[in-house]
Amino acid sequence: MANMTLTKTPMPEQDPKVRARNFKEVSLGYTAEMAMEEAGRCLKCRNPKCVTGCPVNVRIPEFIAKVQEGDFKAAYEIISSTNALPALSGRVCPQESQCECHCVRGIKGEPVAIGRLERFVADWYRENVNAMPEKVPSNGIKVAVVGSGPAGMTCASDLAKRGYAVTMFEALHTAGGVLVYGIPEFRLPKAIVANEITKLEAQGVEVMTNMVIGRVLTIDELFEMGYKAVFVGSGAGLPMFMNIPGEALKGVMSANEYLTRTNLMKAYNEEADTPVIQSKAVAVVGGGNVAMDAARCAMRLGAEHVYIVYRRGEAEMPARLEEVHHAKEEGIELKTLCNPVEILGDETGRVKGMKCVRMELGEPDASGRRRPVEIPGSEFILDVDTVVMSLGTSPNPLIRSTTPGLDTNRKGCLIVDENEMTTREGVFAGGDAVTGAATVILAMGAGKKAAAAIDEFLNK
Amino acid sequence: MYKIVRKKELNPSVTLMEIEAPFIAKKAKAGQFIIFRIDEQGERVPLTIAGYDREAGTITIIFQKVGFSTIALGALNEGDYIRDFVGPLGKPTPVEGKKKVCVVGGGVGCAIALPSAKGFKEAGAEVTVIAGFRSKDIVILEEEFKAVADHFILMTDDGTYGRHGLVTEPLKELLENGEQFDEVLAIGPIPMMKFVSLTTKPYGVHTSVSLNPIMIDGTGMCGGCRVTVGGQTKFACVDGPEFDGHQVDFAELMSRNATYRDREAEVTETHTCRMDAMGKALIK
Repeated sequence: MANMTLTKTPMPEQDPKVRARNFKEVSLGYTAEMAMEEAGRCLKCRNPKCVTGCPVNVRIPEFIAKVQEGDFKAAYEIISSTNALPALSGRVCPQESQCECHCVRGIKGEPVAIGRLERFVADWYRENVNAMPEKVPSNGIKVAVVGSGPAGMTCASDLAKRGYAVTMFEALHTAGGVLVYGIPEFRLPKAIVANEITKLEAQGVEVMTNMVIGRVLTIDELFEMGYKAVFVGSGAGLPMFMNIPGEALKGVMSANEYLTRTNLMKAYNEEADTPVIQSKAVAVVGGGNVAMDAARCAMRLGAEHVYIVYRRGEAEMPARLEEVHHAKEEGIELKTLCNPVEILGDETGRVKGMKCVRMELGEPDASGRRRPVEIPGSEFILDVDTVVMSLGTSPNPLIRSTTPGLDTNRKGCLIVDENEMTTREGVFAGGDAVTGAATVILAMGAGKKAAAAIDEFLNK
Repeated sequence: MYKIVRKKELNPSVTLMEIEAPFIAKKAKAGQFIIFRIDEQGERVPLTIAGYDREAGTITIIFQKVGFSTIALGALNEGDYIRDFVGPLGKPTPVEGKKKVCVVGGGVGCAIALPSAKGFKEAGAEVTVIAGFRSKDIVILEEEFKAVADHFILMTDDGTYGRHGLVTEPLKELLENGEQFDEVLAIGPIPMMKFVSLTTKPYGVHTSVSLNPIMIDGTGMCGGCRVTVGGQTKFACVDGPEFDGHQVDFAELMSRNATYRDREAEVTETHTCRMDAMGKALIK
């Protein structure tokens, strides 16, 4: 008999007041008992709708059935048969818009906590078994994967499983891409990412850090070196700014810079050499997940006030509800319907405030969201000493500008066909480099699809 | 890990190192830069490439021990390893197609002006080099410049060696005397680059400057290195590091580079560039 409780089994979390000042993980994860109890809520639908929403086709009811039985190892094997990175997706996937939104339990009450269960299984396996994956006998065919973020890692793993000799190139000094430079420790501990990289290496993937493809080697040179196919998962690129006065002041930076200093360079740790600005009051401009991450980092770095400044309303924010909820719990103040017009500086060139104008929502625009319109004469000054711009990114030019025949769209994103192949034969791409800034799971899905397409391409 | 295969002190505060980095050595060109990180706790520090040996697979860096990480790097020795070394980053100096070029180096900036001067020379240009230093005891690369330059002018601020004065003085004389440079490339402290640009502007000589903004990843991700050029935001790591000196907002760059100065001050000698005051007097 299924557990007919209408709500998800709650997952323990650090107290908001405590966690707002530390970088330890916010969510503490299910215990085995909690996981088995929650697994009991799954009705094991014969025609499971949840699976249709998963970009990496996790066999959700099957693994949940094993969790319910207490056979966590078997549950892990089911998940990992299609998902190379369950500890990651269990944490950062927007399950509410992928799998859980399709769950029949969600019609009346809350859906099954698929994400929490996936996370539990992956963590249980890492803590209790952590067997390294077997290395498949090599077929000797070399494939290059450019970028070691979620798209690259998934593609590399799936190719290695098929016997390819994969080299994964990373521009930064640590592999993991956005999982290490962008997503903060308190949402995704870096040790978990490092463990996934170790597993890739156990599968025979060669990981080369400090390799900026497009500069040190071009895509054409990779082919000359004997790589038979290339997957480009180079991620999103240059941060966008608002082009308002004062953006060059000291104390204004992109969310990428703020997060990179804090996460990749570990500026929150006193032993790290990289500095991050010490702020009293921080305005983060933008309403996406990255904005929430930046705001929550600012709080943890010791700011007294942290504001999210967003030109539309809270309901229109692109960030996950859970992220907004967590941010608010931690004391982050939302300044919605509010748009910066100028950043003000003191005589030394440091930020001393941000002039904003209030907005109201007008008619829906092309995105379907109601367009924000300025309310004349409603300007006011927000008392901040740091401004973090979290407005999205435009694609990195390094690969497209050094690879003849690689076409991009108007925005600079790589164009791919239904098999993730670019306009250059043998060059595949996926993730943010193709879609523009999106989610980890979409990147993983693209990496997975590309691996299958590369396999087919090389067997033609 | 990247091995330090050679170390040489060029003067009390400037050190040369050759680092084993075969991939970078194969591709590096004048004007590009690398980023190093000494150890796991280290910061990522950009340095413009001072030379490369494609056969030996080494990159030469010449750096002034002025900040936390450059002081730490300077303390390492031949045979030691550094954790990370990535490049070549940025766009190379466009050396092709110039007939007459003037390369102006200031202080340790001469280290990175040298490969560009060589590049222009190899591409067939007649190269004038003006190298400026504070004083005789910190002059570097004199012989190397003499070997490359068709005309070499060495300046010291205090007159202890070469000609007494600032690099802008002979540059202005040359321009006044009708020298037709296709290009002036200035590499050195920000005030120097600013005043070289102001010097050439009335003569309409295209002037490039190599900028050194704050940078983290160096690959076009963080946006820390943004500079305003001709009223537009540019990223030094992917759009530069060389930009049109007549278009660069130097005051903004100076200000932004001081973002973390309080922190650096603990380990950094406070050096006020006299070029700024002296240069102002020179440019009417």
